[in-house]
Amino acid sequence: MRVVIDGELCQGQGRCFSMAPDIFGFDDLGNGVVLGDGTLGPETLDLARLAQANCPEHAIFIEDDE
Amino acid sequence: MSEKPPVTDFATDFDHTDPAWVADPYPIWQDLRERCPVAHTDRYGGAWFPATHAGVTTIAKDTENFTSRAVIMEEGRPGEEALPAPIGVAPPITSDPPFHQLARKVILPAFAPGVINPLEPKIREVCRALLERFGGDEEVNASWDYARLIPPTVIREMLGFPEEDTERFIEIVHMITESVDNPEEQRIAEFEPIEAYFVQQMEDHMANPRDDLTSYLLNVEIDGQKLAPEHVFGTIVLILVAGIDTTWGAVGASLWHLAHHPEDLARLVNEPDLMPVAVEEFLRFYAPVTMARLVKEDMEYLGCPMKEYDWILLGFPAANRDPVVFKDADQFIIDRAENRHVAFGLGIHRCIGSNLARLELRVAIEEFIARYPKFELADPTAVTWAPGQIRGPRQLALRILS
Repeated sequence: MRVVIDGELCQGQGRCFSMAPDIFGFDDLGNGVVLGDGTLGPETLDLARLAQANCPEHAIFIEDDE
Repeated sequence: MSEKPPVTDFATDFDHTDPAWVADPYPIWQDLRERCPVAHTDRYGGAWFPATHAGVTTIAKDTENFTSRAVIMEEGRPGEEALPAPIGVAPPITSDPPFHQLARKVILPAFAPGVINPLEPKIREVCRALLERFGGDEEVNASWDYARLIPPTVIREMLGFPEEDTERFIEIVHMITESVDNPEEQRIAEFEPIEAYFVQQMEDHMANPRDDLTSYLLNVEIDGQKLAPEHVFGTIVLILVAGIDTTWGAVGASLWHLAHHPEDLARLVNEPDLMPVAVEEFLRFYAPVTMARLVKEDMEYLGCPMKEYDWILLGFPAANRDPVVFKDADQFIIDRAENRHVAFGLGIHRCIGSNLARLELRVAIEEFIARYPKFELADPTAVTWAPGQIRGPRQLALRILS
């Protein structure tokens, strides 16, 4: 599983990097970015899902690996 | 404020300054969601109020059909001449695309987490100094003498205005924020000395540039051009007006909640790790900010016959109480895990100061409850709420318990 942020939808609400700083960071404008390649392990999947459920802009997506 | 006729039906004649709405708007919004999800009023020259999360979201994201050129709903219907386009009087909040994006990109970096997070020790120091002033008082006004004074001190420092002007600065901010209910002529007259003060500060920064937000705004370029002086002025006014009453309201409402919910206060005192989640629930439940938009042209929208220059009152606090989106929406759940609240708005006008506001809110609560782990309302009936689009308690007398 992989987590991605849709940069078109993200408005820098800051919820993801506040609640899951090991998965998400921020850029110079304050928009959310995925740290690393976004691969989720068993220990990070639930937290990524929780961040997704808290994003007001619905900008976070969790995808199955191809 | 001139006397207005009381509202008889909020579905057809709403007024956000009506005493019933100011005192407790939540039952009104719930009633609207159930029987008339987009309320209308002929007041203010004609206005609409979507009470649902879906309605608020749709309009917030629709910059094709709605303009942000005026975001505070006032008497009368503004004409084209009153609405300078495309910059607006206070960019970027009053700007529309495509200019909006340019104006926003200019100030986003100044409010990004990398810049704001390091302010935490300073904010903590401001809060502690204010609490020190209470000494051994057994009763404190947690809104007027604490919450109100935190944001201006932080913003004054960010703008690089003189420290000795702190009191004057707070006065100026309150002249702006308190005057929204006054007649236009009075507002204009009261704004003159304020304008003079800002112009003086800008001139001082032009002569003596330094490492602060004012100098940054005066020197930053869009496509090789510096910002127009009225752009810089408008943005400074925006930062003040948007950054102060709002956080004041959020801090005040949170302390008001804790004062009459001892179980929540005890949990926060005993489980400090809960604070970030609790802050989001404070923001959802007591979201202070309602914005406005203007309808661009006559149209049928959300089933309503909207007219050009009708106001839209964009109630983010109402969206946050919509049971379609939030389970047990009318219950404050301090450890609510899923909380997609829209306290900072949605879409391209997301509150630019949200990182600062969130930090100030968290630190202000942390410091208050560290000093006063037990307190209650001194007189629940004496609590007064700010009227208008920024909600929060103004007078909040708390009795400190041992």
